[in-house]
Amino acid sequence: MLKLTYADYQALRAHSEDTYPHECCGVLLGNATPEGNHVRRTVRAGNTRSDRAHDRYNIAPEELIRIQREARGLGLDIVGFYHSHPDCPAQWSKTDFDEAHWVGCSYIITRVDKAKATVTNSFLLTGTGEEDKQFIDEPIEIEV
Amino acid sequence: MKIHIPTPLRAYTSGQATVSVPGATVGQALEQLVGAYPDLRQNLYTGEGKLRSFVNIYLNDDDIRYLPAKEATATAESDELTIIPSIAGGCQRAVIPICN
Repeated sequence: MLKLTYADYQALRAHSEDTYPHECCGVLLGNATPEGNHVRRTVRAGNTRSDRAHDRYNIAPEELIRIQREARGLGLDIVGFYHSHPDCPAQWSKTDFDEAHWVGCSYIITRVDKAKATVTNSFLLTGTGEEDKQFIDEPIEIEV
Repeated sequence: MKIHIPTPLRAYTSGQATVSVPGATVGQALEQLVGAYPDLRQNLYTGEGKLRSFVNIYLNDDDIRYLPAKEATATAESDELTIIPSIAGGCQRAVIPICN
């Protein structure tokens, strides 16, 4: 179960609309709990894949490090990431899977149709490493 | 020096977010790290002993791949290493077959 506030949920969906028809991306900061990842803050990140931003995203490691430093100062960790699928299903793709390396983290995907966010799903990357990793559907609990 | 461990690898460092190790170079510090936590090795390195392509190592604000001496770069006690796996992906668009 992934927990996040309604404000954070709205914020990441708004980001997906702002960047349409390009993919947006960002980081979920929070804490890992026995019940699942609990998001306390979402942080927008830049998509460095300007060559094909309509169907690819990448967050620069330098930006990730900066975000991680800020999180540390707040007593938070990176617990997941979000990105959008413009005019594509809110399901993880082969590219998403191949490029997923943060085991234990949540990967939120929002489908955007004609600049309007529609479906938002979350997938938890489980396993012990590259050899046995897998995405599993993760329910989202929105705190109002 | 301090090495910052990303959340997915803390399962192999007894949950520690930061590990302090000795080391005169980046490579020596990393060796100390995997020596102390052997299960980290397969997550950081390929079977041939090279850093996995998706594992980024930063010495303070510099990617060690772009430092002239790379892993042989000298380090000071006050330096910090950060291990940061890459984050990327993207949607899979349907392929429309082209008929001749």
